[in-house]
Amino acid sequence: MSARTVLHEADVSRALTRIAHEILESNRGADNLVLLGIPTRGVTLARRLALLISEIAQTSVPAGALDVTLFRDDLAKHPTRSPRPTEIPASGVDGKTVVLVDDVLFSGRSIRAALDALQSIGRPAIVRLAILVDRGHRELPIRPDFIGKNIPSARSERVNVRLFEDDGAEGVTIEA
Amino acid sequence: MRHLLDTRTLDRATALRILDIAEDMSDTQSREIKKLPTLRGKTVVNLFFEDSTRTRISFEAAAKRLSADVINFAAKGSSVSKGESLKDTAQTLQAMGADAVVIRHPASGAPQTLATSGWISAGVVNAGDGTHEHPTQALLDAFTIRKRRFGDDSRGRDLRGVRVVIVGDVLHSRVARSNVWLLTTLGADVTLVSPPTLVPQNVSLWPVRVLYDLDQALAEEPDAVMMLRIQLERMNAAYFPTEREYSRRWGLDAVRVNALPGGSIVMHPGPMNRGLEISSDAADSERSTVLEQVTNGVSVRMAVLYLLLAGERDDERGGDL
Repeated sequence: MSARTVLHEADVSRALTRIAHEILESNRGADNLVLLGIPTRGVTLARRLALLISEIAQTSVPAGALDVTLFRDDLAKHPTRSPRPTEIPASGVDGKTVVLVDDVLFSGRSIRAALDALQSIGRPAIVRLAILVDRGHRELPIRPDFIGKNIPSARSERVNVRLFEDDGAEGVTIEA
Repeated sequence: MRHLLDTRTLDRATALRILDIAEDMSDTQSREIKKLPTLRGKTVVNLFFEDSTRTRISFEAAAKRLSADVINFAAKGSSVSKGESLKDTAQTLQAMGADAVVIRHPASGAPQTLATSGWISAGVVNAGDGTHEHPTQALLDAFTIRKRRFGDDSRGRDLRGVRVVIVGDVLHSRVARSNVWLLTTLGADVTLVSPPTLVPQNVSLWPVRVLYDLDQALAEEPDAVMMLRIQLERMNAAYFPTEREYSRRWGLDAVRVNALPGGSIVMHPGPMNRGLEISSDAADSERSTVLEQVTNGVSVRMAVLYLLLAGERDDERGGDL
């Protein structure tokens, strides 16, 4: 059980700053942007990205949380999960550019569930996907638009993301 | 969670988990599209041996909002009126592929029998059995009290220090029993107010205080007053002289409701006997949560069905919740 650190604290913050710039570039500014994180750590990352984008663009960008538990297709394969709160910014999602934010992209099933969950809330004009770590092994035709770091991994390995707000420590490790 | 049979054996953590998931379910019910795909392909049977409108349609709405298929089985006009036993009815439902059975039965303990007899493998939800328990009603009452008190900040909170007065026919009331166990587990102080003839014999073993005078209980400024329905169909003995006298002494009239402190709420599980245990002034006042209780009932039942049906079956893993 050896854990190897693949992203240190400074790497995480550099990756997020770069993603913030990329989001602004692809959206041509901060207009109509809404960042929605997938609990738990995706929400923290969405809040951080919203702050970074707000600083760079000098205008406030709303961030929220989008729980996908009730939309998952693998509920019967695990002990019952408790849903987490969904918080949609007051401006809503209709006609907006929604950036979904998650910590690790693996099979892509959470993102499929997130697209369904989003549909039940409203109709965004555009949906993009920002991810801190892409570890491969996709099971669905889903591709991120903004990536912090690609980390090739074996299917059996565990990728752990730690963030100060949720875990009291920061960094990404990979465990055999 | 495998079954939901009572609130007496429900521990605090499980009760809070149900209430917190109900909060999430309630959030989804304010969305444009209220239907969730969560229980697609599961079948819920409403097995009702007693008349019920609101509990049955509440369970039906909850199951449908989660995309489960619903089969309604009312005993009246069915094979049961031809003398079929509970065992045969249950096994018929099992053979049709029921994943959960929501049962209401006039005999206390019928859901327990269904869950433990080995006749069926489906999860069992008690929707009211005799004078025993009605756990989802108590859960929705606790949810309503918590929501009125803490609003959007309700998640994770219990009812410590909340003072609840339950008034009326405690003797025949499964709602009162389920509420006594659940509310005290969650830390609330419960006072029962009832005519001496309608107090159960073993009440001294319950974690509650019993008063016979409603005005005395209301003078202590409770946070919630829960009025029980006088079950006219069970009034088979002279429990009180006249309805008029009952209404005077134990009914919630305009004078009593106006004397309550600011934040107090008035609850009733329905259906109400207006003019008997509750006056129209009280039922229609700002304090009344009667309709909120109905709305919250759907969310709470969605949470219960979710916990019973969504995850891996406990008996396949040997875990719980």
